[in-house]
Amino acid sequence: MADTKTKEKEPLFSKKNLGLVKDPLADNNPITVQVLGICSALAITAELKASVIMALSVIFVTAMGNVVISLMRNIIPNSIRIITQLVVAATLVILVDLTLKAFVPDLAKKLSVFIGLIITNCIIMGRFEAFALGNTPWKSFLDGIGNGLGYGVILVIVGFFRELLGSGDLFGLGKTYLGHPLLGNPIKGELSGLYALGYENNGFMLLAPMALITLGLIIGFQRSRNKSLIEETH
Amino acid sequence: MSLKQNLHNLKEKYRGTKMEQSFNALHTFLYMPNITTHSGSHVRDAADLKRVMNTVIMAMVPVLLFGMFNAGYQMNGQINGFEAVDFFTLDNFLVGLKKILPLLVVSYGVGLGIEFIFATVKKHEVEEGYLVTGMLVPLIVPIDLPLWMLAVAVAFGVIIGKELFGGTGMNVLNPALTIRAFLFFNWAAWMSGDKVWVHGAVDGLKASNGVDAISGETILGALAQNKPLPEHWDAMNSFFGFIPGSVGETSTFLIVLAGLFLILTGIGSARIMISAVIGAAVMGLIFNGLVDSGAIVEGSKFYGLMHLPFWQHLLIGGLAFGIVFMATDPVSASQTNTGKIIYGFLIGLFSILIRVFNPAYPEGVMMAILLMNVFAPTIDHYVVQANVKRRMKRLKLKTA
Repeated sequence: MADTKTKEKEPLFSKKNLGLVKDPLADNNPITVQVLGICSALAITAELKASVIMALSVIFVTAMGNVVISLMRNIIPNSIRIITQLVVAATLVILVDLTLKAFVPDLAKKLSVFIGLIITNCIIMGRFEAFALGNTPWKSFLDGIGNGLGYGVILVIVGFFRELLGSGDLFGLGKTYLGHPLLGNPIKGELSGLYALGYENNGFMLLAPMALITLGLIIGFQRSRNKSLIEETH
Repeated sequence: MSLKQNLHNLKEKYRGTKMEQSFNALHTFLYMPNITTHSGSHVRDAADLKRVMNTVIMAMVPVLLFGMFNAGYQMNGQINGFEAVDFFTLDNFLVGLKKILPLLVVSYGVGLGIEFIFATVKKHEVEEGYLVTGMLVPLIVPIDLPLWMLAVAVAFGVIIGKELFGGTGMNVLNPALTIRAFLFFNWAAWMSGDKVWVHGAVDGLKASNGVDAISGETILGALAQNKPLPEHWDAMNSFFGFIPGSVGETSTFLIVLAGLFLILTGIGSARIMISAVIGAAVMGLIFNGLVDSGAIVEGSKFYGLMHLPFWQHLLIGGLAFGIVFMATDPVSASQTNTGKIIYGFLIGLFSILIRVFNPAYPEGVMMAILLMNVFAPTIDHYVVQANVKRRMKRLKLKTA
């Protein structure tokens, strides 16, 4: 709160401000580095489309929520700040939920309870509490976008591999990226592409355990590239 | 110059290079190293990791050979009628050899390849742990499993199931069962149902004795659907193993012999094996009791499996194989003696429980062992704590 008055005005897209968006994408990623918001990352990433919608919803909620909390940061009494944050998050989540139900009812059904559960996503409360309460609306907005994007990127990567390897499809378009599988009898029938060579979809990729393992591999890969992220073992 | 000397020279030549570990592993695979320590105190026992692993492999060889005969027998028996076909014929053996040898080669090739790469990159010795896993894997899969699926699963099991935890001796789960579980969840159509357990059933080979096609069903599959069992699936045949199933798990007789061999050589834990059998029998008796008391009547979903006498439960499916070869895996099992008894008992109990109650997993022993693998350290913890408590109490009594 202190820095808002004393410091001189800095440009909208200063290096520091851009860092707010960039950092969560890589070295301070909410999922792979802070390991927050794992539950929804495991639950809804079986399809890329659901992952993208989920990512957009979370970006909207973190960004808008951060702005609202930041605008109110000087009038929220400290003793009831958590419940205030919850109300803001809940309002935005309900907005998202109703919008999805109105415009993409099929997807909304698939995402079912997980849109509602965005409210319990640790990333959102974490950003409200750790950032928006102490920073200006513009910075908070950038921070929300950054963290939402960081979350979304991982969701999309996991969703990409899970849908491609699990169903041989992307975005549920019915396109056959790996060739044409024949449903039913896996042994006989006309197959093309990889399927003609005997390839079959990996059903395990559609189950949550493989999402966890995929996520674990991404985390491991990132830490092997950037050793400073590795926690000290005791 | 002997092969041993040659390997030794090669090892010396590559000492200090990247390939050092690989050549070292080749040299010490079956030979003692040329250099031994001359002074100091040593444990005077040749039972090192390599000897232990090779003993287990020796125990598995009869089971593997039997599996090859059985593969041909099950196919030819369905084509020509079981009365007309002898078991120990070259024809039967060749059918099995042709299908099972590739499984074995892929399992060892992929698994050991990954072990060698990891050893070279991580600069540690190649561990012998995969020798047993590589032999177990072909024995616990259906015979017609596509080789590429096996290769993917082995890679998954070795990398994710073992190397990520720190390699041989550090894995939480039994690697062979990790590989099988991966296959099961990834390609369920190839790992369960009534199409895959007899060679030729998936290809739609026609049987000539009035049957439309070869059936790939197992006893457990049939019982789970409350179908009547054909005559040649009686208790005697299921004990000696003349029944369809995964490659090496059918012959309870040979597996019991292998178990005795492992107990006598001091490698397999008798506590785990015996308590697991008791656990399975207890669960079987409970289910038999439910049927006898009239709680489960004919027509119920579970009648087929619950009705089966408890001792027959011990003869069918992979139960015996899992108990003897996989539950006793010294890395993933409980370490304390009391813990081993609890661990084994629960494996037996859960195997039958899962077998009866979950039709999606006709054989429960895989799930039961994996589940107990996870709980083994917890069991050990409480056993040790109980011991500590008991001794503290004794100390207090003495000092008081």
